[in-house]
Amino acid sequence: MARQVTSARTVREAPRVRLMNGAQVLMEALRRQGVEVIFGHPGGASLPIYDAIYDHDTIRHVLCRHEQVAAHAAVGYARASGRVGVCTATSGPGATNLVTGITDAMMDSVPIVAITGQVARPVIGNDAFQEADVTGITMPITKWNTLVMDPRDIPRTIPEAFHIARTGRPGPVLVDIPRDVSQELFEPTWPEEVAIPGYRVVTDGSPNQIAAAAQALSAAERPLVYAGGGIISAEATPELTAFADRTGIPIVLTLMGKGAIDEHHRACLGMVGMHGSAYANWAINDADVILAVGVRFDDRVTGRLADFAPRARFIHIDIDPAEIGKNKPAHIPIVGDAKRVLAQLVPKVQPPQIEAWWRQIDEWRRAQPFRYRQGEDRISHQYVCDLLDRLTGGEAIVTTDVGQHQMWAAQWYRPRGPRRFITSGGLGAMGFGFPAAFGAKVARPDAQVIAVVGDGGFMMTLQDLGTAAEHGLSLPIIILNNNALGMVRQWQTFFYRGRLSSSLLRNPDFAKLAEVFGCRGIRVERPEQVEPALREALATEGRPCVVDVLCDPEENCLPMIPSGQSVKDMILDD
Amino acid sequence: MRDSHAATISVLVRNQPGVLVRVAGLIRRRGVNIHSLSVGPTEDPSISRMTIVVDTPPERTESFAKQLRKLVEVLRATAIDGGSTVDRELALIKVNATPGTRMEIMEIANVFRANVVDLTERTMTLEVTGRGEKIDAIVSLLAKHGIREIARTGQVTLVRGAQNT
Ligand SMILES: Cc1ncc(C[n+]2csc(CCOP(=O)(O)OP(=O)(O)O)c2C)c(N)n1
Repeated sequence: MARQVTSARTVREAPRVRLMNGAQVLMEALRRQGVEVIFGHPGGASLPIYDAIYDHDTIRHVLCRHEQVAAHAAVGYARASGRVGVCTATSGPGATNLVTGITDAMMDSVPIVAITGQVARPVIGNDAFQEADVTGITMPITKWNTLVMDPRDIPRTIPEAFHIARTGRPGPVLVDIPRDVSQELFEPTWPEEVAIPGYRVVTDGSPNQIAAAAQALSAAERPLVYAGGGIISAEATPELTAFADRTGIPIVLTLMGKGAIDEHHRACLGMVGMHGSAYANWAINDADVILAVGVRFDDRVTGRLADFAPRARFIHIDIDPAEIGKNKPAHIPIVGDAKRVLAQLVPKVQPPQIEAWWRQIDEWRRAQPFRYRQGEDRISHQYVCDLLDRLTGGEAIVTTDVGQHQMWAAQWYRPRGPRRFITSGGLGAMGFGFPAAFGAKVARPDAQVIAVVGDGGFMMTLQDLGTAAEHGLSLPIIILNNNALGMVRQWQTFFYRGRLSSSLLRNPDFAKLAEVFGCRGIRVERPEQVEPALREALATEGRPCVVDVLCDPEENCLPMIPSGQSVKDMILDD
Repeated sequence: MRDSHAATISVLVRNQPGVLVRVAGLIRRRGVNIHSLSVGPTEDPSISRMTIVVDTPPERTESFAKQLRKLVEVLRATAIDGGSTVDRELALIKVNATPGTRMEIMEIANVFRANVVDLTERTMTLEVTGRGEKIDAIVSLLAKHGIREIARTGQVTLVRGAQNT
């Protein structure tokens, strides 16, 4: 009834002009971008926005208990679905709490849009209550950001923000909106299309360069593909698979590239780099022609640059021209969208004669596979990851936190395709794993989403277990609990004479903690309990299930190429 | 002083709030010192040109230009690779001058085609335009008279001929 009265009055008072306030215009602009979910946390400067969210018909708000969780969840949402993730926070502390998540999105090229409240225009720059220079703070960690000083700009700025976030090399965009801009009433006009002078994206590769690349690959004796997250952003998995099927050329993947091709594919050698397989690293070391696609020659892959792939000529395909030649000179640079360039390249490559190369690789693979020992009285982290791979068949979306468990999960979990392995690669932000799984589950409620976390990193964001329970998410969270900051402990063991400075933890009973938050909790202390517990967690419906697996506190993650060194310095497991 | 690593980048930007900070910040983040930076409007008032001289080896200059092109507000960024260019800088130099030393300073000014733009009982202010080396040269000649203050605009550069910078 009350509703009817209001609408009748609106009709009488405003017969033609439809005035909206800035926040309502913002919500309409987001709706037009196809936004369905916003992860966020309210506050003074964003109250007008929350008022517009309150009775919005199509956009759902997920209240996270910490803005860092909102940002990581937006990333998880984006990476699981390929759509732009959206998060929001109030001015000052709310916005600064987003910073870690935004930086992660920047480093891993994830399309998210962050909307922050700002203090009202007249007091900007006066050190007003909860004022922070958020566009200043986030300048180096966003692909673009903007402070909206005129509400009439909102209908143009929001499409620009989404366009920039999702095109080219994707990345985070932040839109800072002063409180009075959100409140001002006006009649919006909606631009037909986005036009941003100075923002161009090259998508097609140069045909001459592609021909040169095809020739180099066709004539190679020990060719290799080094593929990364760019394949996944570009949705180029079918093209990469077609390339592998046609040429038989082996493929190594970066951490960000995991799942860029079905990791059960015969040509796929799995992960390369610091904790990659020995055979993937040996292959890169011996290759004569390397097709690098959607990768950035990160130091966790290359080690000492001078010794990286010393025999290789590089073909480098990337949508970001600034990546090409940044760390390693490219002999054949190709700027373009990985999907399009690979599609152009595949038919031009003649399958090279590489039987001898494959014999060598298979020999390496037999000599140094990933392996672990699972005894009677201790639980190997690797056993848990291996089991998870087998129980899910690589079809689940696995997110990880940061540390040893992340590397073990990357070694053992072999996704059947893209968007099934979500980790904080470039930033390596502890606290990422659970919120990212949360966001992924919201994006893909029908998919099996699993978080694999360490006891240290889980502690950083676990307050949102309650949020996940409140939303009834079927979300297994597997803690590989070594009562340590395991990766720190490992480095101290190897490089600091075993002086374990502040790396051992005394943890709460995570299973009990989970129950308190309304989740299910299972504590696993013995090897024979692992499999039943995992099965139970995977089958738990309607609430998260935390499985606290007490693992071998001394297990080290190998192989390992120590930081800044090269393949010949690789530490193997025996 | 310019060192042997100085390289010039010419950047066209949309004239918007914060664009100077974005450009400068991008360079600072890479640990590189900005030797000089000059900004002013172009033939189109919505577009400004920045000429940036950075202390970086020439082989890194193109990678800077590439990074700069990624800024949404940057319309064009060119690493000037020592081809044929016109480079100019303007300096105001306030030097101690007594009636006894004025003539000598005027002579130096003449050689460098500097203008005297202010004169007091105790000082002279010269305006000189040219390449950075020329300004360095007049400054070193004037040094013995005691330089009170210098203001330099930083270098501006255009490529010679019909080609755009
Ligand atoms: C926010 C943050 N702080 C510190 C680090 C440094 N760091 C990297 S791994 C690690 C230990 C992680 O311990 P845990 O979460 O228990 O995982 P584990 O290595 O034991 O699997 C630390 C402290 C980080 N990556 N992120």
